[in-house]
Amino acid sequence: MTVNGQFYEVYANPKRLLVEVLRDELGLTGTKRACDTASCGACTVILNGLTVKSCSVLAVQAQDAVITTVEGLAPGGRLSPLQQSFLDHGAYQCGFCTPGMLISATVLLQEKPNPNRREIQEGIHGNLCRCTGYNSIIRAISAAASGEQRQEGQ
Amino acid sequence: MIRDFVYLRPGTLDEALALLAEHQGECKVIGGGQSLLILMRQGLVSPAYLIDIKHLSELNSIRLDGNDGLSIGATTTHRAIETSGAVKAHFPVLAEMEQNVASIQTRNWGTIGGNLAHADPAGDPGPVLIALDASFKAASAQGERTIGADAFFVDYFETALRDDELLVGIHLPAQQPKSGAAYEKFTIIKNDLSVASVAASITVDDSGKCTNARIALGAVAPTPHRAIESEQDLLGQSMSEELLDRLSDKASQAAKPISDIHASEDFRRHLVKVLTARMVAKAWKRAIAST
Repeated sequence: MTVNGQFYEVYANPKRLLVEVLRDELGLTGTKRACDTASCGACTVILNGLTVKSCSVLAVQAQDAVITTVEGLAPGGRLSPLQQSFLDHGAYQCGFCTPGMLISATVLLQEKPNPNRREIQEGIHGNLCRCTGYNSIIRAISAAASGEQRQEGQ
Repeated sequence: MIRDFVYLRPGTLDEALALLAEHQGECKVIGGGQSLLILMRQGLVSPAYLIDIKHLSELNSIRLDGNDGLSIGATTTHRAIETSGAVKAHFPVLAEMEQNVASIQTRNWGTIGGNLAHADPAGDPGPVLIALDASFKAASAQGERTIGADAFFVDYFETALRDDELLVGIHLPAQQPKSGAAYEKFTIIKNDLSVASVAASITVDDSGKCTNARIALGAVAPTPHRAIESEQDLLGQSMSEELLDRLSDKASQAAKPISDIHASEDFRRHLVKVLTARMVAKAWKRAIAST
């Protein structure tokens, strides 16, 4: 599989979940494992252009897939505009849902570059924030869509 | 904790059917696994062999046939149905239903065939496909057969598929002129599994009288099923509040709900009554507005 632009050859027991391989074999611990029942969305990654919950995909089913995890949103350590916007708006409290939120919002903005509030709500519907910080998350996504995030170093 | 299994990855449908014949009774077929993996993790299902058909592109298609009927392959994802132009144009109720199935992530990976074969009585596609008079195509190494949507679900999480059979696709017959359909589910949280759901499909004549009706109830019995007496009440009738009241009462009686953590039996019957009246009225309105 190709993860964040890098090709990996992985040998895994067929019962291993994609989230386990990403975290335990590839060391990409940005993707979080939480509910393990496809409810919370903390484990969301992009698989062949579409968001999936990596706790509910067998790693063996993702063979040959092209995957992006939250680490892949900031190549070379440079934050994406969306990540900068999350920082600007304090769009996290404990931060556990943030990787999944960023992944879902990244794909949302690819599909709908100028989403309205309702479209943003629907875009992150599959991601739970147990701190209930949804308002700041929605503000951050909306601001990123309008290009209002600060430049790095400002 | 998922128990160990032998993973089998057939390259074609024929290979899949041969593997199914060989391992029937000790295997499970996996599509997107959005329901199956949860059961496997809970230890409720622990197959010795897992046959993966998710990648079989020959089953991944949405095709209009010459007469405006629609065929959907078993490995087509919920999201592909939700966003399909052909579905939106010819069977909009199907796209509306899909929008409220679970989350985007689940719809991106979960397949229509897997959802139907899982046969959760609270599933959304079942009642809608019964109301649209869909048929399901089952294949085995011996050949193919067609099963009507309302005969496919036989009990709680059980289907009419034999152990050596695979659900390979569904077919929706073309809608008659002046037809409309509607579906709604009641949930505690948006897009959750339904507490009760109703799908209705209505055809009217030029004077607005009902000539054909199908009503299907979901999550209020071990399987989705039709409210046949309510359907019969509609034939030859014009829309009226009294008619809606009478037939939705009968639908409520046709339901066989249980009480559980989400709702009592009485509340589910009440939901069936409200949703039936609402969906029949909505489908009727759409039928009259259609060409």
